[in-house]
Amino acid sequence: MSDLLAVDGVTKSYAFGGLFGRGVFKAVDNVSFTLETGRPEIFTIVGESGSGKTTLARMILNLIAPTSGTIRFRGTDLGAIRGARARMDFMRHVQPIFQNPFEVFNPLRKVDHYLFMTARRFAGASKTAEIEAHADAALKKVGLSLAEVKDRFPHELSGGQLQRTAIARALIPGPSLLVADEPVSMVDASLRMSIVNLFKTLRDDLRVSIIYITHDLATAYYISDRIIIMQKGVVVESGPARQVLDNPQHPYSILLKNSVLSPETIGEGILGLAHHSGEGPPANSAEGRAFTRTLAQPRSS
Amino acid sequence: MAKANGKAVNIPVAADPVLSVRNLRAYYQMQYFGIVREVRAVDDITLHVNRNEIYGIAGESSCGKTSLIKTIAAANRPPLNVIGGSVKYSFLDRDIFRMSEDELSRVRWKHLSYIMQGSMNVLNPVRRIRKSFIDFAFRHINRPEREFFDIVAQHLERLRLSPSVLKAYPHELSGGMRQRVTIALATICRPEFIIADEPTTALDVVVQKDVLSTIREVQQEMRSSILFVTHDMTVHANMADRLGIMYAGRLVEEAPTRDIFANPLHPYTAHLIQSLPRIGDLSPKKALPGAPPNLSDPPAGCRFHPRCPLAMDICRRENPALTSLGPGHRVACFAASSEVRPVAETREAANPKVAEARP
Repeated sequence: MSDLLAVDGVTKSYAFGGLFGRGVFKAVDNVSFTLETGRPEIFTIVGESGSGKTTLARMILNLIAPTSGTIRFRGTDLGAIRGARARMDFMRHVQPIFQNPFEVFNPLRKVDHYLFMTARRFAGASKTAEIEAHADAALKKVGLSLAEVKDRFPHELSGGQLQRTAIARALIPGPSLLVADEPVSMVDASLRMSIVNLFKTLRDDLRVSIIYITHDLATAYYISDRIIIMQKGVVVESGPARQVLDNPQHPYSILLKNSVLSPETIGEGILGLAHHSGEGPPANSAEGRAFTRTLAQPRSS
Repeated sequence: MAKANGKAVNIPVAADPVLSVRNLRAYYQMQYFGIVREVRAVDDITLHVNRNEIYGIAGESSCGKTSLIKTIAAANRPPLNVIGGSVKYSFLDRDIFRMSEDELSRVRWKHLSYIMQGSMNVLNPVRRIRKSFIDFAFRHINRPEREFFDIVAQHLERLRLSPSVLKAYPHELSGGMRQRVTIALATICRPEFIIADEPTTALDVVVQKDVLSTIREVQQEMRSSILFVTHDMTVHANMADRLGIMYAGRLVEEAPTRDIFANPLHPYTAHLIQSLPRIGDLSPKKALPGAPPNLSDPPAGCRFHPRCPLAMDICRRENPALTSLGPGHRVACFAASSEVRPVAETREAANPKVAEARP
């Protein structure tokens, strides 16, 4: 049986410099992983800014070509996709969701335009009623309805609604793989969980595999099945998400995990300041003053 | 004032706040074709920030956080108008709204400074960092140029930045370094009060932790106060000494951070805390149903009632007053305690002009 997506030794390097001194910058360095066809999963790519997460996503979406290595989608090398028809066919199966929903939609265009255009292109609908039915069905899957979105401009919808509309648009062609590049980092904390829960539903009910790119380890832990941790283009650790995050091995993974702020750490001095108690200003009590660290003292960590 | 009584148990210096905001209202007032629209972004907010304290303000986008800090800094521009209330700083002899632009510009940056969200917006992209320091701080420090840059270099070193960043352009620095440069800019004059508006939202976790500890360290060293605004409750848990939760332009709960996380009294706060994902916790997290209210036409009574799981009949009719229910713990929710009364009953001497503005 063939894999849904096979990323095999993919490297993307950029040359920089000019007359005086040249260099090669490897944005993604020899990354391999596979997603299986019959088993939809949420595959998470974690890493700091500049770790090559987005470059990898763009290669999977066939927006840029890898310098070396191959990416196969259902056995087809992405580099071999030629011509509009083959490209459209690929796009029907692999759809992107981007970071900032406010930047994805043209502010001067109504949001439904994007839904209708996708329905016309990919779902083969031509009559208005048919197109609207497709858009409505997709919006229902994300907990919205066409009535809420129709004739609205992006500024008239909240960030959470817009991001769900973007996901609905991606669902219209009936894709088998979604590539979500930091889909919740621009969304409010209170709405974040609605998007994250939606991904779970998509995986379980619609059997869509999702590549979830994030730097938020807490949501990664909550929804992902497998995880890879990237640093400077290199995968430093990979495996089942809970196992990796419960017990990270690589120093970089440990650093990432320790940097995650948690609501439980009130007063534990995770920011390197032992006195912080979360119980009002500390300097007002005598012992609070004694704990106050000045900048002259070195950091304990 | 109920709040001062409640706080006196815990914190003796509560009587000497750096910032005291009383019944502040600021509305966006727009008039199109004779139709007046009001967006009540800041509605009757009373809070105090003590010396050497980080006061966190949490709330989702469009709840009025940014309008509040603009108004507090008297940086509001029409259509955002102050309708009523007062904002007093301990370092100013009168209400900030009674000061002229000229007086304000002498106070800003020296006593009252800002750390903004996008560091690119603060730093001029076509000027070296050194020029930004001259633009912002030179006239406040009022020393010869060489001495000024000695002070700047010392200050940068304290923030673990090499003084060589002064020669760089903003785009040559990483996001975390840029954010630390803006912190250095905001703190170079050792201001008494700093407003931080989502200073770490665009940064990744490793850099975020670093920037937060930098802010905390400078604050400790200068013993200044920070009004820290972000929607991220985990950041608040680790930064704020006290926390105020805003919903739809109103303050719905206020308490010391540990208290609010251990014992949230308002259903909105409880939801915010319960829905936080954590490593090692797989219990299903629910999102709050519904959308935040449209502030130009807010629901009657408690503004949270359409989304509230505990909504009662009174919530639909009356607006709950922020009531002190424990040491330093104030909440505006009828379901939290029977002590919470409607605002209409508790307002003793309302400004008649303000009363008129409300339907």
